[in-house]
Amino acid sequence: MLKVDEINVFYGTIQALRGISFEVNEGEIVTLIGANGAGKTTTLRTISGLMRPKTGSISFLGQNLLKCDASRIVEMGLCHVPEGRRIFANLTVMENLEMGAYTRKDTKNLKADYDIVFHRFPRLKERIKQIGGTLSGGEQQMLAMGRALMARPKLLVLDEPSMGLAPLFVSEIFSIIKDINKAGTTVLLVEQNANMALSIANRAYVIETGRISLSGDAKELAASSEVRKAYLGGK
Amino acid sequence: MEFIQQMINGISLGSIYALLALGYTMVYGIVKLLNFAHGDILMLGAYAGFFILTFMGVTPASMLVAFIFSMTICAILGIVIERTCYKPLRTSPRIAALITAIGVSTLIENGARVIPFMGPNPKQFPTFTSINYDVFGINISMVQIVVLGVSIILMVLLNYIVNGTKMGKSMRATSYDMDAAFLMGINVNKVISFTFAIGAALGAAGGILYATAYPQVQPYMGLMPGLKAFVAAVLGGIGSIPGAMLGGFILGVAETLTKGFISSKLADGVAFGILILILVVKPAGLFGKNTNEKV
Repeated sequence: MLKVDEINVFYGTIQALRGISFEVNEGEIVTLIGANGAGKTTTLRTISGLMRPKTGSISFLGQNLLKCDASRIVEMGLCHVPEGRRIFANLTVMENLEMGAYTRKDTKNLKADYDIVFHRFPRLKERIKQIGGTLSGGEQQMLAMGRALMARPKLLVLDEPSMGLAPLFVSEIFSIIKDINKAGTTVLLVEQNANMALSIANRAYVIETGRISLSGDAKELAASSEVRKAYLGGK
Repeated sequence: MEFIQQMINGISLGSIYALLALGYTMVYGIVKLLNFAHGDILMLGAYAGFFILTFMGVTPASMLVAFIFSMTICAILGIVIERTCYKPLRTSPRIAALITAIGVSTLIENGARVIPFMGPNPKQFPTFTSINYDVFGINISMVQIVVLGVSIILMVLLNYIVNGTKMGKSMRATSYDMDAAFLMGINVNKVISFTFAIGAALGAAGGILYATAYPQVQPYMGLMPGLKAFVAAVLGGIGSIPGAMLGGFILGVAETLTKGFISSKLADGVAFGILILILVVKPAGLFGKNTNEKV
């Protein structure tokens, strides 16, 4: 579904990604794990068009993503929930969801999708008229995910959905991610919380200083001593 | 009585500042640029109105045509200026864009001096013969009613666009977080163009109103109201739409009260004194944005 091939990405003269390649297949949950500054967020920003690679290619559903502008990428069904949630704190919950549906042309189906989002996140419905900035951190994460779901994504890209959340919220968010995946949306997940990420993912890639250092089945990686030592706090 | 009289004069003048301040604040909100060429849009808008009213004579219908024509021309100009002068500098340091804005301002002012139909000399702006109404001893002129009425209609319209339409919501979203807007698939370039167009159209309307109240057009006429609208925008909290409206009215009232009770020579001093005061006491302005981040 998504194929990233040998991308090299620079911030000015500093190279952030060195020949990263990976794939996400339809129906999967794939996770990228790695330390701070390894290049996880940069990888996601490049996929969704916020940054451009110097070399390499990215294709989504057989189309060259590097030739698509942001609205086309969203229309094709690739939606990115950025790190730190980045909800529009000056807009109401409803308006945030409307922005998520910005590229939708089938306006008559929107109502049903709002209902799906409210069903998945009942708290959002309770706070529908509230300004986004007044929500708690966990609610903001729900809003950010609900907002992305309004675009009817085929591939949902999540950057650190557990960041800064209370433990109770973290497990809630992860079970929601699993549900979204079961309902037919492919998920690409970046997480610092490698334990959690590996527990719900099918496959995983480990990024180290801009390179993919390990990849494989999530369960196997979670069991490997190398990963345990570096990312899971084990010995 | 004298106090209420000056208040009414001030509110009328302030509504023009408010219209102009809206353009400053909306553009700043979205691209973080102080568009110092905005006052010159007021001048161009006034000239556009001047041509229509000179050709058609001053009637309610020709006034309407003048507003529509002038606002359309300036909206297009606003987009052209943004695309040619500011867009290439969008990722540059903001000081580069700011200096460019001053350059654009100089270009428009001096360009207007050499354009044959405009020229360096002041021209009489055609207005209607103003009737004065006496309401409980307070003198209200037809011009004041028109100025205030048109301003309020435009502000209500703006409020609807910003809060009630998809474009307006995208504007607020983009001004809050451009990257996130981009990730929603919002066409950020279109939103920025639209913002410049709206700002310039309001400035153009302000230009006709300003020229109706002070019936003269000349190439530098936008300079002073432009700077004062900037003060109004900062006073209200730059980036805030209600702030710009309130700031405009406060500035207009402060100016006329100074003229009426202290000295008319001091009016400009008071306006810029407010700028210094607000920067020292509350730099974020009255409706300044909180930049609290939730973790």
